[in-house]
This record gives sequence, C-alpha cells and structure tokens, in this order.
Amino acid sequence: MSITVGWYLGLSVVLFSIGAVGVLVRRNVLIMFMCVELMLNAANLAFVSFARTLHDIGGQVLVFFVLVVAAAEVVVGLGIVVAIFRRRASANADDLHLMKG
Amino acid sequence: MTAVFLDLVATAKPTLPDVAVFAVAAAIILAGAVGVVVARNPVHSALMLVMTLFGVAVMFVLQQASFLAAVQVIVYAGAIVVLFLFVIMFLGVDREEDIAKEPLRGQRPLAVALVLLGLTGLLLLGQVSKWTTGQSSVSGSNTGAPNVNLLGKALYTTYLFPFEATSALLIIAVVGAVVLARRPPATGSDGGSGEIAGTTGVVDGAPADADPTIPADATAAATTTATGTEDAGVDA
Repeated sequence: MSITVGWYLGLSVVLFSIGAVGVLVRRNVLIMFMCVELMLNAANLAFVSFARTLHDIGGQVLVFFVLVVAAAEVVVGLGIVVAIFRRRASANADDLHLMKG
Repeated sequence: MTAVFLDLVATAKPTLPDVAVFAVAAAIILAGAVGVVVARNPVHSALMLVMTLFGVAVMFVLQQASFLAAVQVIVYAGAIVVLFLFVIMFLGVDREEDIAKEPLRGQRPLAVALVLLGLTGLLLLGQVSKWTTGQSSVSGSNTGAPNVNLLGKALYTTYLFPFEATSALLIIAVVGAVVLARRPPATGSDGGSGEIAGTTGVVDGAPADADPTIPADATAAATTTATGTEDAGVDA
C-alpha cells in the first residue's frame, strides 16, 4: 500500500503556504502570478489525494477544471500586465496605486 | 465501508520505493516553491516553477492519476510556463530585482507570521480530526478501468454541464486577452502607426513602441512584412 493521504495533504498545505507568502511578499506582478499557480497546484494535489482516498473520480475531474481556470486566469492576467506595462513600463505592484491609467 | 477502507489505508505499511519516490518528489516540490518565492530574476522563478510542476506530476502518478500527470506536464510546464517566459522576455523585466528593499515597513514579517499561523492551524486541525470523511465513490470509482476511460466517462456524463461551461470560459478568456492586448485606436500623435500596430497585434507593435525615432512610414513597412519587423527590432 502506498503513502497515507495525510502526508499528501500536509505537503499540499505547505505548498499552499509558500505560495501565499510569495503573493504577500513579492512585488513583481509576474512572480505573484507564479505564486498563485503554486497555490492552485497545492489545491490540485489535495483534490487528487482525496480522489484516491475516497475512491472517487470526481476529484480528478475537478483538477481538470482547475487546470482550465488556471489557463484562463493566466491568459487574462498576463494580458492585463502587458496592457499596464505599455502605459507605465513597470511590473511592480506598488507602482500601480492610481486608478488613472 | 469508508471507515473500513480508511483503516485499511492507515494500517497498511508503505513500501520502500513508495516512500523514496514520495520523499524525493516532495523535496523537489518544496525546493522549487521556495525558489519561486526567493529568486531575484523572474526567469529563474519561472524555471523553479517548472521544477515544482514536475514534482506535482510525479505525485499524480503516485496516486494513479496518470492522465492528469500528462496534462500537468503538457499544459502547465509546456504552455503556461512558456507563456510566462514569453511575457517576461517581451516586457524585458528579466533583470535582477532588489528583494532586500521593503516598501511597506513590517509587511514582510507580518505576512510570514500570518501564513505560519494558518499553516500550523491547518496541520493541527489535521491531527485532531479526520482528513477524509463521507461516502466513497459518489461520482464513480477511480479504479477498475484505465484512468483515461474513467475520467472521460465522468467528464462527458456526470460533469457535462461544467465541461461546457469551461468551454465558454475559455472563449471569454481568449476574447478578453485579445481586447486587452489591442492597442487603443488613437494613442497620442502617431495615430497612423498606432492604428497599423493595433490591427497587426501586440508583437508587431512592440518595435514601433520601443523606438519613437523610427518614422511612421518605416514602421508601417515594418509591420506589413515579417522580415521588416525583425529589422526594425534589431535597429531598436
């Protein structure tokens, strides 16, 4: 028998925490996006662990949907970053404190 | 039934290869994640992200989710990270960033403390309560047939409506990205070149934007021919 589900979920929690620290600490918008990807991957890992433990394919289907949402989020987010960069020439989140573009 | 199964999982001893693969993959995942957060260069962050994504794919294989492991490598490591790298290179923000500078005083220790608090809370919660409860195999078993067959059947029967909704989401994302990446029709004085760049897309518009000294007719020629675009980019 393989590793118990608790280890996978613990790893998922730690991965999510590292991603959350990255979003809170870093100032570069692109790296903040990558940290959001880390958090989504932690959620995916938890979903697959539950799918195996509960003998249920639904968890894996949900990972599929998370992948789609992550792809859509990255496409729109990077589009916004490019649009902002065209105006301000900066990818720093602290520079974006004005509503006026 | 569920309780019996959970007890069975809890009491069975994991074999040595399982433990070894789990430990190595977990180390890769955590090292990559820390690397994403602490790397100064965004390109290094993206490569560390690839490392973490491969580790997660190994975890998927370890839990009999082989199709998702393949999708993870192809879509995440293959497409999303390449998109990240493309934008990093396109914007030219691949220079080192001074991460020692702290714009908001005390924000960084506060963030780490807050996340550590949440982390310990979650882990304690996992210690005192059951990780998994509830009925098993609600939406179909995940064993008994090849992984792809089970996933496809669930996706096209039980989860058909969410699946169609994701297709709508992807269409909306594509339209949104095109609208966002388009240049506004009239930006400043060089309306002519801006219009041409707006119709040809964001990549062709970059050299014209980078060097305003290029005359408008030269920019127009550059955006109409592919080789001209490369020449203008080299000049800029």
